[in-house]
Amino acid sequence: MFRWARLWVICLAYLATHSLANEYPQAFNGIGRAATAAELRAWDIDVRPDFLGLPSGSGSVEQGETLWLDLCASCHGDFGDSNEVFSPIVLGNITEADIQTGHVAALTDPAVVRTTFMKVATLSTVWDYINRAMPWNAPKSLTADEVYALVAYLLNLAYIVDEDFVLSSENIEDVQTLMPNRNGMTENHGLWSVDGLPDVVGSSCSVDCEVDTTITSFLPDYAMNAHGNLKDQMRDYGPLPGMQTAPQSSLVRPPQSDSSKMIPAELLALSGCTGCHQANKALIGPGFSAIRARYAGKDAAGYLTQKIKQGGQGVWGSVPMPAMEQLDDKVVEVLAVWLASGQ
Amino acid sequence: MPIYASQQEGRLRPAPESFLSDALIADVSHHGIDEGRRNLLRGAFTAALAGASGLALADDPNIVEVPEWSRSLGKAVATNPYGQPSPFEANTIRRQSPGLTQTDQASVAFTPLQNLFGTITPSGLHFERHHQGWVDIDPRRHRLMINGLVKEPLVFTVEDLLRMPSVSRMHFLECGANTALEWGNSAVPTVQYTHGMLSGSEWTGVPLSLLLERAGYNRQAQFLLAEGADGSGMTRTINLTEALDDAIVAYGQNGEMLRPEQGYPLRLVVPGVQGVSWVKWLRRLEVGDKPYATKDETSHYVDLMPNGQLRQYTAIQEAKSVITAPSAGQKLLSRGYYCITGLAWSGRGSVRKVEVSVDGGRNWREGRLEGQRSSKMLTRFNFDWVWQGETALLQSRVHADTGYIQPQRAALVAERGTRSIYHNNAIQTWRVSSTGEVDNVQVG
Repeated sequence: MFRWARLWVICLAYLATHSLANEYPQAFNGIGRAATAAELRAWDIDVRPDFLGLPSGSGSVEQGETLWLDLCASCHGDFGDSNEVFSPIVLGNITEADIQTGHVAALTDPAVVRTTFMKVATLSTVWDYINRAMPWNAPKSLTADEVYALVAYLLNLAYIVDEDFVLSSENIEDVQTLMPNRNGMTENHGLWSVDGLPDVVGSSCSVDCEVDTTITSFLPDYAMNAHGNLKDQMRDYGPLPGMQTAPQSSLVRPPQSDSSKMIPAELLALSGCTGCHQANKALIGPGFSAIRARYAGKDAAGYLTQKIKQGGQGVWGSVPMPAMEQLDDKVVEVLAVWLASGQ
Repeated sequence: MPIYASQQEGRLRPAPESFLSDALIADVSHHGIDEGRRNLLRGAFTAALAGASGLALADDPNIVEVPEWSRSLGKAVATNPYGQPSPFEANTIRRQSPGLTQTDQASVAFTPLQNLFGTITPSGLHFERHHQGWVDIDPRRHRLMINGLVKEPLVFTVEDLLRMPSVSRMHFLECGANTALEWGNSAVPTVQYTHGMLSGSEWTGVPLSLLLERAGYNRQAQFLLAEGADGSGMTRTINLTEALDDAIVAYGQNGEMLRPEQGYPLRLVVPGVQGVSWVKWLRRLEVGDKPYATKDETSHYVDLMPNGQLRQYTAIQEAKSVITAPSAGQKLLSRGYYCITGLAWSGRGSVRKVEVSVDGGRNWREGRLEGQRSSKMLTRFNFDWVWQGETALLQSRVHADTGYIQPQRAALVAERGTRSIYHNNAIQTWRVSSTGEVDNVQVG
């Protein structure tokens, strides 16, 4: 019955969307055009688990280490084990037995932090993602050989290959057979298809049901204000006002429309600065307080305006700051003055 | 002086329901309001008003003194060319959960469900989830490519897509990680943070099937790779056989173009499927015969089971519901009538009914479903409740049209453990204390 109903819906949907195409087969031919070979090469960059789409090339663990320290270590740590900015990529939780079985045993241990290499079953995923999305502040800037080298370095950190290994399009399928969690994925569940079977279904009991209503968890008092004063987060009139979870209202509302009047915190976030910089500590770039300390009393607003607009490298380390060309001149000025003077 | 700063809590005089007898309150609490009880309530109100008429009521200065907005010239049209909410609604904004992520670009801002009505999420309050920041794309320079198992790979401009036949459909959008913080214990203080990666919108665009027809897709193909134009080049494998039914390449949201945070100028709409698959800033669709195992299908958005296996391609959002008011962080000011309200939805179809319990799941009564029950869209439910100052445990439970019933948290945890992150659709419990304060708790 259900199947028939679904078929009927599909028929209706088909008629609704396809009748024009059927009546006038040429109707949409003038809309859209053929993609050129160069366009396909430029955009069709995905690499599948069977390595369809993988460009040829190679890179060594050693080359990867050099690139890693320059481009990746500031977020991920020298050994891919940092938890400062992103989840760790490797932490030494993979064993020889895991590589034999293709199941990472530590995944069953709640005390073990899950790393990328404990989870990922397919090496293609690592290659594809670094190629399309890394480095964090300059995606799609790596050559194919550089991606091979970085993947080789990570494989070495995960104890999958030796330190003299060279990863290439020729041997990548062999390395796939060593991926520690290659057998760790399952599609045996009900959530891939709309017709799939749910694993847990609730009770239909509605009167005097046998349920345990013991409170097993609640937020302790000290955690109630961890998200700010809840009073400021509910509509502040009507029958259900917010609970006062802080002594003072934290409600401060500067006008939103004029960027020159915005408080720096909002402007910094809106301009993309906070993706790499934090207030008081180094993240990918230096902290704002460190910049201010260095240029205090030096009338540096003009200099900092240029640095923001043109980017740079070497002043604070090897990680380059991209040129923020997209920012409005007035916004850059406000940021530079604030950075230099705190005003 | 702004009124919101000086307004006091509470009411000048008791609300009419405070005149009800305890017996009638108990009766309504237990059985709800029907026609007979409605007449009893009316009678009680009339009697109360008659009794009160002998008292000297204080005059309301908001009536007897002309307020400033009634004795001045108002603002001109187009003062705000793009309209803004009242400044008195400033509490209704998206918010981050402090400490959830270490960068603001790969992060979440949650929808304030506690302050919203109906089923449409205002576009500016639609939750945000980005993987490498959001971008402003010039629609004249944006392209959509269709390649892979097609007769001819094609390129469309946004203008091309705006010329094609369009559909407009109402669908919910829920992140697969919505309620993820609550697997192990009560972790966050309001419904904004427990359930705020949820929205309902009207989406407008070109049916995916029509575009694939135009490209001459291979009928044996079962999968689609959707790819974004942002820095992360977001990619997800789509179940093509099912997406042909109702997926949309959308440019419109609630009557206007998509917001930049929602993928302007193009995003994929995959009804019933978790938000990560609704790829934003959509630049490419590749038809294929195998799934792609992208980063967000192997390292993230995989559900860890107690035996160590990771469930991969967990796409569908199972039926779920939540009470949005009264909800955690709010306070019931006085005893009496409250309309318990909330949202219910199913990624496999529509909502059949929603039940509400005020005693932690021991007894359930059916709520009223408001408006139309659209497939794969939010449904608003309302439920009459008279609070007498007792401690209460509020829960809602949805029944989907497939027959599926939303499970209690303990049942879900018994099967999946507490470390699967994604797809937590358990029944939510809000505790009302005898002082009227509501907090987020777990039972059993």
